[in-house]
Amino acid sequence: MTRTATQAPASNDPVLEARAENRVWKKFRSHKSAMLGGALVVFFILIALAAPLLPIPDPAATDWSAVRKAPSWAHWMGTDEIGRDVMSRLIWGAQASLAAGVVSVGIAVLFGVPLGILAGYFGGWTDAVISRCTEALLAVPFLILAIALAAFLGPSLTNAMIAIGISATPIFVRLTRGQVLSIRQENYIESALAVGLPTPKILSRYVLPNVLPPILVQSTLTIATAIIAEASLSFLGLGQQPPAPSWGSMLNTAKNFLNQAPWMAMWPGVSIFFVVLGFNLLGDGLRDALDPRDH
Amino acid sequence: MELSNLVLRFRGQPNDVVDHVSLAAKSGEVLCVVGESGCGKSVTAMALMGLLPPDSSLISSGNLRIGGETFDLTRDVVPRAMRGNRIAMIFQEPMTSLNPAFRVGDQICEAIIQQGGATRAQARARAETMLRRVGIANPAQRLLEYPHQLSGGMRQRVMIAMALANDPQVLIADEPTTALDVTIQAQILDLIRDLRDDIGMSTIMITHDLGVVAEIGDRIAVMYGGQVVEQGPVREVFDNPQHPYTIGLMSAMPGLERPGARLAIVPGTVPTIANMPEGCRFRTRCVFATAACARRPALSEIAAQHQVACHFVPLEENIEVAR
Repeated sequence: MTRTATQAPASNDPVLEARAENRVWKKFRSHKSAMLGGALVVFFILIALAAPLLPIPDPAATDWSAVRKAPSWAHWMGTDEIGRDVMSRLIWGAQASLAAGVVSVGIAVLFGVPLGILAGYFGGWTDAVISRCTEALLAVPFLILAIALAAFLGPSLTNAMIAIGISATPIFVRLTRGQVLSIRQENYIESALAVGLPTPKILSRYVLPNVLPPILVQSTLTIATAIIAEASLSFLGLGQQPPAPSWGSMLNTAKNFLNQAPWMAMWPGVSIFFVVLGFNLLGDGLRDALDPRDH
Repeated sequence: MELSNLVLRFRGQPNDVVDHVSLAAKSGEVLCVVGESGCGKSVTAMALMGLLPPDSSLISSGNLRIGGETFDLTRDVVPRAMRGNRIAMIFQEPMTSLNPAFRVGDQICEAIIQQGGATRAQARARAETMLRRVGIANPAQRLLEYPHQLSGGMRQRVMIAMALANDPQVLIADEPTTALDVTIQAQILDLIRDLRDDIGMSTIMITHDLGVVAEIGDRIAVMYGGQVVEQGPVREVFDNPQHPYTIGLMSAMPGLERPGARLAIVPGTVPTIANMPEGCRFRTRCVFATAACARRPALSEIAAQHQVACHFVPLEENIEVAR
């Protein structure tokens, strides 16, 4: 352990915070594949954010003189069936894909984790009600449920995010509940009770932080799944609406021209692959870095 | 502190796991509760703290008196406000009794703020004082560390600091040294003794190690099958054990008198709760048992403060008659 002894007084909180972050960061940095995953994710986020600033053509601008052109100096990734620039659409589409991934998982975590904690900690009929509802949702395959909900809510990107979020919620309820069941048996919960901490404090300070690492890992993995789900919904016309681009809807049109213009399908496909890979690697790395027990 | 007539049963079991147990410890006194695994020691302690889940356990009788106040354990669970404040507990497993996600300083502070309404800064100062008091060098530095950075002995000291931070009147220690190695064990016992002298709390020490009892105990209560079978001052009980189970425990201790000699054992194991015999619960393992033992013996006083639950006390005189 190479820690420098500081003479900082005990109440010097910023110093402590910095030190704890350093420890996690150091572990994360030594994890090669996690760094690669992080870099991929950061790359796509930057691209998505920078879309309005980049010197690229309007993603909705059509050009009838350049229909389904192969990649060239004028159009680096080629053009689609009505002459729109594929690279421009890919970059703008990154916004929809990433937002769909992050927002829908955000919804799932926001509802799933508290429900899972309640079910796991209190047990009894609370658990029975929450678990039965969860199982009912889990009985329907993830994508089918998302499609049904999206169709019910009406086709738009926002509704697609909500539909994917609801469909992903049971995973988080189940995961959290399982974690809480094992953490409930931990001695430190007993000792927290013995020093007289109230239940809300035990849930927020003792239970939540200790279930968080697996949830974080699951979140990054689910973001990957949600991106694919958004692509699937857009592919079916239930997500991003034309002419706004998303990777899924690009694939949707590209499937009709696989023989004539394979680049139309290739770029969004490759993008989905790499962003999903990035989130998966990132998840694994975070799990290792954030676990305070493992060192 | 005085616990009277605790009767406790797990739901779905035919017999009581804790059967009319009464324990008392004056302030500044260490009461050691001994007995083998499964005799109800820990369950009694948990019931005192109100830590047993109400959906699986049922307390049908029991009063707890701390200072001037009396609590009916059958009705109110020991109020949360009292836990950690008037009555505190340290556990068997220091390695896992601290929250791994927070610095030890934060955990001690939380316990202090929770009870006293102290400010963050006051709590920190108090936590530092407590760590110094339990013999941790460089406490300011240690407060900033995570549990995994501390050794087992160090963690048990932190647990003790946390338990004693709010000056409890009663400290329950559930086998606090079992998970530690022998030298650390001695240090922790010394620490508990010193703190008892300083703070003057009543201490209930749960253990199965008679060496620990000799080291630190003022009074001893021997439990078997959920009942107190013998209790009294440690010296008195050690010199003159009267219950056959106590005698068995004593002779199972390695001594210095006859090195190399085989240790005596108490044959068999504690029967499960469902299979507890009627009458004296020890009779299935007792070498002296007769038909009379089918009746439940009462705790009777055989010397000053020395009580035994056996039909044949004093054993030396009565055992020939019994045969």
